[in-house]
Amino acid sequence: MARSMAEGMIAPDTALVRERQSPRYVLQGRAPALQAAGRLLGLDDAPALLRAATGAGGTALRLGPFELLLLPQADDPAGIEAALGAVPHSLVGVSDRNVTLTLEGPWAARILSGLCPLDFAEHAFPVGMATRSVLEKADAVFWRTAPHRFHIEVWRSFVAYAENGIREVARGITFASLAI
Amino acid sequence: MSGAFRVSGRGRVDTARPVSFRFDGRTIRGYEGDTVASALLAQGQHLMGRSFKYHRPRGPISAGSDEPNALIGVGEGARHTPNLRATQVEIHKGLVTVSQNRGPRLNFDVGAINTWLAPLFPAGFYYKTFMWPRGFWDKVYEPVIRRAAGLGKVATAPDPDHYALHYAHCDVLVIGGGPAGLTAALAAGRTGARVILCDETPELGGTLLSDAHSRIDGLSAAEWVAKAGAELKALPNVQVMTRCTAFNYGPHNMVALNQRLTEHLATPDPAMPRERIWQVRAAEVVVTAGALERPLVFEGNDRPGILLATAARTYLNRYGVLPGKCAVIVTADDSAYRVAIELAEAGVRIAAIADLRANPDAPVVAEAKARGIVVLPSTTIQKANGNLRVRSVELAPVADNGRVGKGQRFVCDCVLMAGGFTPSLHIHSQARGTMRFDEVLGVYLPDRSVERLRSAGSCRGLFALQDVLDDGAAAGLAAAKAAGGGDAERPAPRVTDADAPGAGGFAGALPRRGLGSLALAFVDFQNDVTAKDVKLAVREGFQSIEHIKRYTTTGMATDQGKSSNVNALGIASKELGRAPQRVGLTTFRPPYTPVTFGAFAAHARGDQFDPLRLAPADGWARAQGAVFEDVGLWRRARYFPRGGEDMHAAVTRECSAVRTAAGIFDASTLGKIEVVGPDAAEFMNRFYINAWTKLGVGKCRYGLVCRDNGFVYDDGVVGRIAADRFHVTTTTGGAAGVLNMMEDYLQTEWADLDVWLTSITEEWGVIALQGPKAREILAPLVDGMDISAEALPHMGLKEGTIGGVPMRLFRVSFTGEVGFEINVPSGRMGAVWERIWAAGSPHGLTPYGTEAMHVLRAEKGYLIVGQETDGTMTPGDVGCGWAVSKAKPDFIGKRALALPALNAPDRPQMVGLLTDDPRTVLEEGMQLVRAPEAPAPVSADGHVTSSYYSPALGRSIAIAMVKGGRDRMGETLYAPAIDGAAIKVSIVNPVFYDTEGVRVNG
Repeated sequence: MARSMAEGMIAPDTALVRERQSPRYVLQGRAPALQAAGRLLGLDDAPALLRAATGAGGTALRLGPFELLLLPQADDPAGIEAALGAVPHSLVGVSDRNVTLTLEGPWAARILSGLCPLDFAEHAFPVGMATRSVLEKADAVFWRTAPHRFHIEVWRSFVAYAENGIREVARGITFASLAI
Repeated sequence: MSGAFRVSGRGRVDTARPVSFRFDGRTIRGYEGDTVASALLAQGQHLMGRSFKYHRPRGPISAGSDEPNALIGVGEGARHTPNLRATQVEIHKGLVTVSQNRGPRLNFDVGAINTWLAPLFPAGFYYKTFMWPRGFWDKVYEPVIRRAAGLGKVATAPDPDHYALHYAHCDVLVIGGGPAGLTAALAAGRTGARVILCDETPELGGTLLSDAHSRIDGLSAAEWVAKAGAELKALPNVQVMTRCTAFNYGPHNMVALNQRLTEHLATPDPAMPRERIWQVRAAEVVVTAGALERPLVFEGNDRPGILLATAARTYLNRYGVLPGKCAVIVTADDSAYRVAIELAEAGVRIAAIADLRANPDAPVVAEAKARGIVVLPSTTIQKANGNLRVRSVELAPVADNGRVGKGQRFVCDCVLMAGGFTPSLHIHSQARGTMRFDEVLGVYLPDRSVERLRSAGSCRGLFALQDVLDDGAAAGLAAAKAAGGGDAERPAPRVTDADAPGAGGFAGALPRRGLGSLALAFVDFQNDVTAKDVKLAVREGFQSIEHIKRYTTTGMATDQGKSSNVNALGIASKELGRAPQRVGLTTFRPPYTPVTFGAFAAHARGDQFDPLRLAPADGWARAQGAVFEDVGLWRRARYFPRGGEDMHAAVTRECSAVRTAAGIFDASTLGKIEVVGPDAAEFMNRFYINAWTKLGVGKCRYGLVCRDNGFVYDDGVVGRIAADRFHVTTTTGGAAGVLNMMEDYLQTEWADLDVWLTSITEEWGVIALQGPKAREILAPLVDGMDISAEALPHMGLKEGTIGGVPMRLFRVSFTGEVGFEINVPSGRMGAVWERIWAAGSPHGLTPYGTEAMHVLRAEKGYLIVGQETDGTMTPGDVGCGWAVSKAKPDFIGKRALALPALNAPDRPQMVGLLTDDPRTVLEEGMQLVRAPEAPAPVSADGHVTSSYYSPALGRSIAIAMVKGGRDRMGETLYAPAIDGAAIKVSIVNPVFYDTEGVRVNG
């Protein structure tokens, strides 16, 4: 990632990178379905609401009471279906729907505060938190993977709008920015 | 020394840093820290602008954001900004400023004739005077009035700067950095709470920076401000924002701040946003907005050289500038005496202090008298004389019975007004807080807050400095605690040497000798509203202050009543013979001070105004020279002109290709929803009007959605992928709405169902391949799949791969020809498209756009939701009564569809229309009537919803909604045209082409 980081520099030590496509599934169901999916990824349970958890098999983002966004290591929908068995659920592939952007660097949270009304202070939006919200006028999923790194997913047709919006906010972010 | 009126050793400007700028083409010298107003006053120039209506010469009355007179244009070209307050505009090298509303020059303005015509322009004159002749209003009166009135000129070139918007979150937001704001921020900040302190000026301190008398903790007021500011800056949990105005209080403590970043800089970094809006979500808000001094209302009170006493004090102590050489002070409050003493110390001759009160007896009054200043109690100002500058005044005695006697003329070059202080209620009022009238102070004060907001200091009527500091500290600590913070040492600054506040003040027009029916005594300087305008409004029957405001325009527009409010109320109250609290108070509207459009737009400009969604084949279509149209946020190819074709020629060619060979179309923007779960079929049964239980796996069905009112909401083909899995399509525009409606029912009505929804609009790219040769083109490309008419009939569905790419293949048609909709993962659609294109070229495969798509479907009488329907059409109206399931126990809209009114025989029904002349293409939206020359008004029998030239029929066709239309086949109607004769049409079957429907099954 080091080379692409340098290319995507949008603010001091802060980069925006469009990630390559990787498997994505929306899993919806009641608690037993979400638990089963968590176990499949090597977790004890489904992550708590608005939290992400990563196991040996991949990551699950708990975006709603009945919803996980799965980022599995391997693209094996049949394996997931098999693990869920007869537990009522809905598994739908969205690998081509979602595009992932990584925003990383000391200005990342402050840049996002120009695009989304959520509080991105670390105590309010800690590492491991994930939620669906707005990125200006687009829907987006925000997941804080490190104090200065965010994993952002938007739908394919919104990616240019999202990237340009992030770049526009980054321009001038260092001037009289919020520091509390 | 920059300017004859500059005093050395006073003020906070940096005399080591001279700054030159331009005003009306002249070079003016000032110092770093000056405003345009202070720099001009230092030259002895009070005249800075012309008034709105009468073009009266005007100078500043204030030294802050409440300035109604000294409005100037700043900057050049695209950066020119009109109507900025000279009292706020900081000077820097290269700054270019101009005066406004003058013609041709500031000191010679032909428009000033309006002053002499003032008796013709009373309040509401434009409602009365310009009624006749009627047609003159649009062409003569309004343009002339608009040109004569108004203020600055607006830049017309695109704004070259960029602007920012950020959301911020804090425990305590303190609005105002004066004495109360400083102690509030200190108190809250010491608890560790996240605190934002904003102030509209460049420096913290507020009135303390103008106070050369009071001492706090043994320090001068300015030194104490520096100490408090340093402590705040050292606290990591406190952010101080200067040049930052809280201008709007939204619901739930969402407060908008406007921060000006570059305006005061000579050469700002180009990357720096010019302004930034902060949308602050604050758990608690402390408003320390202070109080504004009131002008006095007397004849000629707008002459340049007449200003507020506090403003004179600010110019002296903050900028080192004297307002003149010889001052008359008119006061109703003790505070003016300290100003008089300080000005006298600085070398201004005080001609007299006229005190409206009979017995001013505060210690500061005695101090002034001891300095030899003439104090005239029970004295009013009858009139100020002068034109471009005040030259003299008449001060007249007021007898016990209120009668004003013969006065005495005092020569002076400035007059200071001290009418008492009006607490700033704007923010509290914007937050929907209630107000109460304080009988002692004669002003409104904040009462109850609706939001998590508390007012502190002089904005709630506390005027003693010690009280203000203590109140701020208490409010700041209470706010921090309410936001969940802990305890901390509360700041307790001790004030010594301060003057006791007077409880003086005056509201209304000053007593005068004679009726003054021609006297112009201004209440609202910015809107040129005089005392007699307010009186006239009352005489003409207006009793509520809200009505008086609208009739006279007092307190309107950008000023929002800052200087005028209480005086207008005082006059109205006296004229009506009612207590002020029974006359009311106007609503304070946001913004507190004007905000630029650039700041409001922020990032949302140009291509970033709205997301532009590009379909997967967008790049291919661009390379083919397509002409595009916006469909919602999507950009879709409308047609593909070849060799200079116009739209008509291109669409004709594209339609013919689809009918005779094959066409390729990017249908990816259609909404798609995957409905999955054991209860999927049950959910579909309840949601759609159609029945789904018997739809087999691998089959498709056309589905219609109604609202619970029985009217068509959306439509689309639904495929059953598995027993528990439906692939639902919606219209392009309806995608989000249908998903929301599904979720709404699922979460609120049918939470028991085990079914879940996922938007797959962007997961699957859709290539529509339509035409008699479609199968021939596609068959070799699909991997090991039989797509013959027998294996995959119309409305069939198969899963498989195409060149190794996963595919959901729908045999569906929106053209009436053999059709396939090839769903492939959107990221790989481009490659599949290219393969089909290459394979199809030998067969005459032609790309077609949305325009041909519309024509092809109209030839077949297929409806488009939103074109044939308008939110009041039932399925039966649009010929889809067959789709309404009779067997299902319930579905959305079932009850409504059983209502007699929705089954009446004269419901509008979808029919076809043919014109007598096959070349005549009707206008969509044309009304249809029975007689060609029926005199208006005539009720229509229907209207045209779709109208095209049909290449397949070689003539025009149209679809219409006509009352009882299905039983009126062959009947003649007329479509009245805007120009020319009504067009004769016949009602026909809306299926114009291949009425038997054999082609689709080919």
